[in-house]
Amino acid sequence: MPQAQPEPGRERVLRPLHTGRPALRRRVWDACFVGASGLSAFVVMVPLALVVWHLLAKGLPELNLDFFLHLPKPVGETGGGMANAIVGTLILVGIATLIAVPVGVGAGVWLAEFGRGRLAAAVRYTADVMSGIPSIVVGVAVYGLVVVPMGRFSALAGGVALALLMLPTIIRSTEEVVRLVPRSYREAALALGAPRWRTTQDVVIPAASAGIVTSCLLALARASGETAPLLFTALGNRFWSLRVDQPMASMPVFIYDYARAPYDDWNRQAWTGALVLMLLVTLLSALVRLTTRRAPRP
Amino acid sequence: MKPEIRIRTHDFDLFYGAHHALKSVSLEVPANSVTAIIGPSGCGKSTLLRSFNRMNDLIPGVRVRGRVELSGLDVYAPGTDVVELRRHVGMVFQRANPFPKSIFENVAYGLRLLGVNRRAELEARVETSLRRAALWEEVRDRLGRSALALSGGQQQRLCIARALAVEPEVVLMDEPASALDPTATARVEELVLELKSRYTIVVVTHNMQQAARISDTTAFMMVGELVEVGETRSLFTRPRQKLTEDYITGRFG
Repeated sequence: MPQAQPEPGRERVLRPLHTGRPALRRRVWDACFVGASGLSAFVVMVPLALVVWHLLAKGLPELNLDFFLHLPKPVGETGGGMANAIVGTLILVGIATLIAVPVGVGAGVWLAEFGRGRLAAAVRYTADVMSGIPSIVVGVAVYGLVVVPMGRFSALAGGVALALLMLPTIIRSTEEVVRLVPRSYREAALALGAPRWRTTQDVVIPAASAGIVTSCLLALARASGETAPLLFTALGNRFWSLRVDQPMASMPVFIYDYARAPYDDWNRQAWTGALVLMLLVTLLSALVRLTTRRAPRP
Repeated sequence: MKPEIRIRTHDFDLFYGAHHALKSVSLEVPANSVTAIIGPSGCGKSTLLRSFNRMNDLIPGVRVRGRVELSGLDVYAPGTDVVELRRHVGMVFQRANPFPKSIFENVAYGLRLLGVNRRAELEARVETSLRRAALWEEVRDRLGRSALALSGGQQQRLCIARALAVEPEVVLMDEPASALDPTATARVEELVLELKSRYTIVVVTHNMQQAARISDTTAFMMVGELVEVGETRSLFTRPRQKLTEDYITGRFG
């Protein structure tokens, strides 16, 4: 068939293709959208940059080796460090992780793979409600549940309180990432004669592991900075103590105490403590990410 | 002599909730041959295939009626060990779905499920399976690399090797070449022909030329019913049913 002539009026609608410059209106809108989203991205960076800059400016001058190696000095003496609080935070977060990660990941996997009906809905609802409970309320609850029966403040109680704060995040985000594992992986395993539990264990969880680790890390990072739930549970300690049934020092409580103290020296150390806490959390995430990087890769 | 029948369905019905997906299907699949199931999209051919290893069980709301027999045993009988069944009836899917593991571990996975953990035995059986799937020469020096780095056609042959590793009696293939380019398709088809001496193969395809090229028996389905089944050449040259003739001559579908 011979090529038809353009319909009348058509050449008016089609602009020449090679003018070298798109229509003005389109370019203006394009610039607006790119500009607006770029600005938003920039605004997101600002608070982080401010926090980091502020902490460095205020905390760096007091940062020295002593800070990591020594105990707090009595009032009136300058110097000293917060070695006990650094170790204390690691122990508290360690206890919380030991409790929250197995339970949270287990519950999340169950919700995604096996959970049906009312029980699953109840678990999901509970997790959602838990994530809305203010952390100080969790602290008070653990005070009643653990501290009072034990008869004293303890690292264990602190760990339990932090675990309760970590749980809902871990449960819900584990469920999300496990659901993202393609159905075809499950079918492949089942068709090979894998029972459900082996399919979950061998195929689904490894495929979701990067996401699960990330969700645990986020929960862990949040928990390391929590102060309120520790005030009624781990309390704090100005001396060395590694016993989990005794009060234990922690960095957030240390920062809290030192920041409101009427001594300039303590206030300066609070800044340094904040800087160290931030570095610690950053270091932890980097470490976990590094160790969970999975082989094999293409 | 009448050939041995590996799979037999008798008046088999399947419902997805209220939807009657398979209607009184009676089909015999001869052992050590290739049976193709053809028909328009949504005719129930994949559903029928997935009834043979009970993969449909995974879908909520599925009900079945009638019998499906594997070597004379009713696979829907109460108390059937579905896990054991699937070890006898392997499956290859439409889209290659290797695990995000190494090439070696993909093939070894089924063996590990059977409790094979000795390195030497695993290595030997992985090699045999990869050779049977005509993939060994291409991957022999990179067994530790991720399976996801292979091409689409290689991935599909890997999935075939994975299914063969546990020595199933039957291999079900659900449109195994529909996502592959012509060269890769040709390789999979050659492979199917090589494998039929050892295994009973059932292939679902909507490519009629493919069915004609690789199968010994062809079954034609429409809207949940088995319209006609017969020796492939005679079904394509002298169909007995008007519907079959219309379909294979391209009048619809």
